Amino acid sequence: MEILHSWSENMPGLGPLWLSVKLGLVTTGILILFGTPLAFWLSRTRSHAKTIVEAMVALPIVLPPTVLGFYLLILLGPSGAIGGYWLKLTGETLTFSFGGLILASILYSMPFVIQPLQNAFESVSRGFVEAAATLGARPLDVFFTVVVPLGARGFLTAGIMGFAHTLGEFGVVLMVGGNIPGQTRVISIAIYDHVEAMEYGQAHALAAMLLVFSFVCMFALYFINRRWRHEH
Amino acid sequence: MSIEAGHVAVSLSRPDFTLDVDIRVPSHGVTGIFGASGCGKTTLLRCIAGLEQGARGRVGFNGDLWQDSKNFVPAWQRPVGYVFQDARLFPHMTVARNLHYGRRRARATPELTSPEEIIAMLGIGHLLDRRPAQLSGGERQRASIARALLRYPSLVLMDEPLANLDAARKHEIMPFLDRLHASLKVPMLYVSHSLDEMTRLCDHLVVMQSGKVLGQGRLHDMLMRTDLPILGGGEASTVLDVRVLDYDPQYQLSRLQFAGGEIVVPGRHGERDCPLRLRVMASDVSLCRERPQSSSILNILPAVVESRQAEAGGHVLVQLRVGEMRILARVTLKSAEALELIPGQSLFAQIKSVAVKNSAEQVAVDEANNRETI
Repeated sequence: MEILHSWSENMPGLGPLWLSVKLGLVTTGILILFGTPLAFWLSRTRSHAKTIVEAMVALPIVLPPTVLGFYLLILLGPSGAIGGYWLKLTGETLTFSFGGLILASILYSMPFVIQPLQNAFESVSRGFVEAAATLGARPLDVFFTVVVPLGARGFLTAGIMGFAHTLGEFGVVLMVGGNIPGQTRVISIAIYDHVEAMEYGQAHALAAMLLVFSFVCMFALYFINRRWRHEH
Repeated sequence: MSIEAGHVAVSLSRPDFTLDVDIRVPSHGVTGIFGASGCGKTTLLRCIAGLEQGARGRVGFNGDLWQDSKNFVPAWQRPVGYVFQDARLFPHMTVARNLHYGRRRARATPELTSPEEIIAMLGIGHLLDRRPAQLSGGERQRASIARALLRYPSLVLMDEPLANLDAARKHEIMPFLDRLHASLKVPMLYVSHSLDEMTRLCDHLVVMQSGKVLGQGRLHDMLMRTDLPILGGGEASTVLDVRVLDYDPQYQLSRLQFAGGEIVVPGRHGERDCPLRLRVMASDVSLCRERPQSSSILNILPAVVESRQAEAGGHVLVQLRVGEMRILARVTLKSAEALELIPGQSLFAQIKSVAVKNSAEQVAVDEANNRETI
């Protein structure tokens, strides 16, 4: 990580890449941390609220990024409900800042983390959970010793999908974050900028980097999934 | 009479099924829960283990209250060892770690049987480093029994542990269950729809049908009842607990002793004093007024008629006393009248065939076979 950082200082073209990677890691980390209990609840509950929550989680897949970005801009803006509170609390605005970008990315990438986790938890047979309970394991113990290891594939899928998807976002970032170098100028925005400015060389370099990186992510995902299937 | 350790009175309603039972768990021995598929045997076991949140009623065991109208002790706090029909070994752990899982979380109780003994008893010592996926169905079930026992439970619950296995695998596991029956110090509930397994393993029997208990009591008494058609199509039988006296190698016959006399069976069935369980079908017992002088039947025992009871189909069920034991004989109404059977009458019972339900010799043979395959 440090190497990439110092590397990006020396090569200005890599700044946006580093920012994207940082955004992806932070967003995915937060989503896995808070998404895991939500996904587990969704996988086990018989409550009617489940359908509503599932629909809300899936919304960012179908919503145009501009719609999401527009509402976020209003909500996170200095006079918005969240943005105003944040301004009072920290004296800084959320829009056009890295913090605002993280909040937006969490919403935008949510389905790509929650859904694989939920599928993984659902695929863990109730039978193993019951067996662990009759062996004296309390619910949290069962979760960490049985559900998480058996759903490990879901965590991997969620991590890679969440990270890759955050890296590729454009519309929401442009609406909420704008284009501030080192703050909100992520790789997809930088590519757009270079194309606007007819700097096709730099656009090529960044676009190719993102292409290769995305392919590696997807390849790793399917490769590991295949190995897993063979093992179990 | 055995002392009662547990009392379970639960009901559970589902759209297509209602369970409403009241059973008592003796403090000793194996209690069979017998009934056709779908009669609620498994659900009853799940209620006792605390796996059915919707169950209403009262579950008490060894003076501890596990459930009543106000309390529900969660499954992980009930000291039961549950053996599931489908083994349910954790696929991401080796057999050793599976065994350790319950033991690590068990209450601090003095270990009556060491883990090594339990592992040896179930013959899984050579499998400890393997994953469940690398085990045969029979090995998996043995490991799952060991895992439940290593929890050092106060009550063992077995849900048709043999149901998913073919005949050869069943034959492989039965000797281990026999040994468990002989050495287990805590009570066990054993669910099955096989009367054969029941007569071999159980000391008590609960008979269920459509979510209700039809009857419960000592296995010996239950099998003599004829009002429970579910027990073998109304065919009553007698279970005899015997000990081996000796073996005659010339005729290959074993002489066995029971509280009513002696009985001879073909084959070798263990050393002197080895306990065996025999089942004699009522229809395999015929009656004579005088001791037959020349008969191909080896087992002819002096008996006294205790009672007779007419059965459908022109048959009479006769309860006999042979020494201190009771034996049932099923004869035609015509024969019963020809013999003028009345209570108190002395006569001779000829036993045509005897099924040996468990045989220590068989255990030894199976053990030898196991060693060869290792």
